[in-house]
Amino acid sequence: MSVLTTNYLTPTGREEAWRFTPLKRMRGLHDGSAIVGDRNSLVTKTGLPKGVSFSREALSPLAVSDDVIIERIRGEAFDVAHLSIDAHAEIREPIFLTRSAGALDTAELSRVRISLGSHAIATIIVENIGETLLAEDLEISLSPGSSLTFVSLQEFDAKSVYTARHHAVVDKDATFKSITVTVGGDVVRILPTVEFTAPGASAELLGVYFATTGQFFEHRMHVDHAVPNAKSRVNFKGALAGRDAHTVWIGDVLIRAVAEGTDTYELNRNLLLTDGARADSVPNLEIETGEIVGAGHASTTGRFDDEQLFYLMSRGITLENARRLVVRGFFNEIITEIGNEEVQERLMERIDGELERAGA
Amino acid sequence: MSVLEIRGLQVSVDTENGSVEILKGVDLTIKSGETHAIMGPNGSGKSTLAYSIAGHPKYTITGGSVALDGADVLDMSVDERAKAGLFLAMQYPVEVPGVSVSNFLRTAATALRGEAPKLRTWVAEVKSAMEALNMDPAFATRNVNEGFSGGEKKRHEIMQLELLKPKMAILDETDSGLDVDALRIVSEGVNRAKANNDLGVLLITHYTRILKYIKPDFVHVFANGKIVEEGGPDLADKLEANGYADYVSK
Repeated sequence: MSVLTTNYLTPTGREEAWRFTPLKRMRGLHDGSAIVGDRNSLVTKTGLPKGVSFSREALSPLAVSDDVIIERIRGEAFDVAHLSIDAHAEIREPIFLTRSAGALDTAELSRVRISLGSHAIATIIVENIGETLLAEDLEISLSPGSSLTFVSLQEFDAKSVYTARHHAVVDKDATFKSITVTVGGDVVRILPTVEFTAPGASAELLGVYFATTGQFFEHRMHVDHAVPNAKSRVNFKGALAGRDAHTVWIGDVLIRAVAEGTDTYELNRNLLLTDGARADSVPNLEIETGEIVGAGHASTTGRFDDEQLFYLMSRGITLENARRLVVRGFFNEIITEIGNEEVQERLMERIDGELERAGA
Repeated sequence: MSVLEIRGLQVSVDTENGSVEILKGVDLTIKSGETHAIMGPNGSGKSTLAYSIAGHPKYTITGGSVALDGADVLDMSVDERAKAGLFLAMQYPVEVPGVSVSNFLRTAATALRGEAPKLRTWVAEVKSAMEALNMDPAFATRNVNEGFSGGEKKRHEIMQLELLKPKMAILDETDSGLDVDALRIVSEGVNRAKANNDLGVLLITHYTRILKYIKPDFVHVFANGKIVEEGGPDLADKLEANGYADYVSK
């Protein structure tokens, strides 16, 4: 065990990147006061198919980061959990990773690498579960022509704190699709970020989050169009219920001067199910060239639609079940993209449960 | 044998300029198997009558009563009214994103029947209801009313009427936006529900053309928030010839 070194800048909450985050509830992950425990919790859930390997090795980072916690992790943790898919491998069943251990009195600093060889195809589902204090630097590398569906499920127990960057580097003609689901934890802060390194690359960042009483969930996208002819789509949907439920969605999309032919659209929709909850939504599109296919963003925050509830209830459905149907319907568009019935139904049941607990 | 009794019903809505009275004392009695057409000009309060009986929160009941087989309807929540046997086919059915027609129908049938219908018989039931209304089977997988054409929305309403088997149905301008073929198909659905379930019908319409397909036993002329004239089917012929001018100018 060791104490996190403190020769990094410590966020104060005044920085743009930290202005929403409740630093006092980070249990020392942000300022280096957390004691680092000796655990590497990420494990494979089932046997791995041919063409897939999982090992711990020393790897240098794929990409630079300006996030202070990522810098701390890189300064402390040298072992990287590396899931690698061979070139040309087509893995039909999803590969599940899960958490084998957790603790609140010590922190885990985790580095993860997912790499796909050229023209490989896979779906990876990471189950983030249990009670834990976890900071993670997760990097994904997509070789030319590869295709990955990356599902990260934040199903933590109530007291957990998770802060992470999920960074994808997408090469020529590769297709990256991520589905980020956050339904559990006390403080969850995820930076789903993408950089394109060659034309023809595409990324689709999807997500849902449901914060109930007292929970803080932040998702801070960054899509860097640094090459021509890449495509990105962002669609995050959130629901909030109960006092002091707070969510933050930041959608930063940068289209650099060289990125002609860029096609991008980002969308965030929030459903406020009770009073006393707060959803911050900040789309931010920076365009340095006019020679693009399209660029747009939209953000909406609304309440239960009385007309929808009336329609359902006029068919005999109780108010409680009508609300449940509407919320399930709201999330359905994204949840079904996971493509795994068992996981989808588990998430919907968790959402039902959260809704019930919040008394919405 | 069921009876829906509306007595002295007064209803107002809140507007920016305060509360406005829309229904000014409506009296109407509908029995099982009877079809009552309510006809009147736009803005006369016909739809307000429909939505007030169904319990839409926008409307405030300021007087009168509505009873179904003696039970106080106005005291019931919206879902309780449906469970008591009331059904409203809406003029503008609402979109429910992400909820499939099949999930919606099964949830409604479960709520109204008190238990989930057996899967095998239910699938056959839905299939035959859809066939009877000339609906594509793929319809069941679409989201409720999302991207439906006007005709599809109305067929979906009538399919629910046939599947959910209420005692009393209020059809709010079901004929609006339908071409002749769709009007015939939808009307046949209503007539089947009448024949099979001894349904009582309150048919709200602006035009007489639907009455060629669904024969009313009684016709009520609605103007300025109340019923101003009542008669048999021949009253509709008179309206067809003369319009509503006589009633509006009064």
